[in-house]
Amino acid sequence: MVRLITHNLLACHVKGCTTNNFPLIFRDVEVELQETEFNPDFIRNMLSRLEWTALINAAKQVGDTSLPPEQPDMMDDELLQKLHHVLMEINVTDGAMVCQNCNHIYPISNGIPNMLLAEHEIG
Amino acid sequence: MIPTPDLSHLTRHDLEQVYDPAEDTFLLLDALEQEAEALRKERPLICLEVGSGSGCVSAFLGKVLGQSSSLYLCTDINKHATHCTLATGKQNKIPLDPVTCSLARPLLSRLRHAVDVLLFNPPYVPTDTDEASSAQGSADIAGSWAGGADGMEITNRLLQDVECLLSPRGRFYLVALRQNNVPSIRSRMLEDFGLTSQVVIERRAGREYLIIIRFARATSS
Repeated sequence: MVRLITHNLLACHVKGCTTNNFPLIFRDVEVELQETEFNPDFIRNMLSRLEWTALINAAKQVGDTSLPPEQPDMMDDELLQKLHHVLMEINVTDGAMVCQNCNHIYPISNGIPNMLLAEHEIG
Repeated sequence: MIPTPDLSHLTRHDLEQVYDPAEDTFLLLDALEQEAEALRKERPLICLEVGSGSGCVSAFLGKVLGQSSSLYLCTDINKHATHCTLATGKQNKIPLDPVTCSLARPLLSRLRHAVDVLLFNPPYVPTDTDEASSAQGSADIAGSWAGGADGMEITNRLLQDVECLLSPRGRFYLVALRQNNVPSIRSRMLEDFGLTSQVVIERRAGREYLIIIRFARATSS
């Protein structure tokens, strides 16, 4: 399952592709929802490690528009719940992630992203 | 006592293609159990296991820390392994997030100084260099043990990235064999990256003498 929390931590790593290599763009995705335990502290603390705009755009690509476009200064419980859902419960099971810089395609199948590169693509 | 993760869902076919947990795996579990209290106290947010194989170790770490208190990222170059990892997470109710890739490559830029617990049970068996590279190239079960010269060729590649990955309070647990020359690994990590280390646990298992080393940043005290 490629959850949006994981997507927010993956960048294209093709040799020489070092700018605009994050975030990867979802393409032709199939999505499954899977409930997980809500831990408000975890979500709150995790936010500093994440990129808000990348998250919002990824959520849009998988059909979720529940989050505000700008990161609010105050995180109330309702917002943390929404964030939990978007980050932890939306699973991309199939499709691909595409690099907007070099157009490399990373396929996703049965919930797992394949980020392997061919020998000549490794930096 | 934290129970060993349930792996009963793995089939014989799975274990022909993915490393079946053995003494080295169990020693790493013992090390994590021994450190459980200290680990919980640090409240890790991001855990990353490189070469997760069956997913046994990350599922165990999830039981130590709690299913919702951390993110458990797992990588493996073998796509059968990442599928087993995902299934083992489900079986044990620990959400594991597997990525098929070499070492931590696609995560490096985003996880700079962000990993609180890093785990690596590498292919540590000394083989010739060709055997280790072809095993990594074919991304099959041999890649889980063929370690090249001194059993260190794959480990050395990850060691280059450890400092970059570890958060200020991050801990890195590495499985090694005595033949891997543990004193040399430890002094290199200190000299090159300022990471201090301790042997957490060691044990003879048949022909192998196994050692779990923990690395962390030097504290300023």
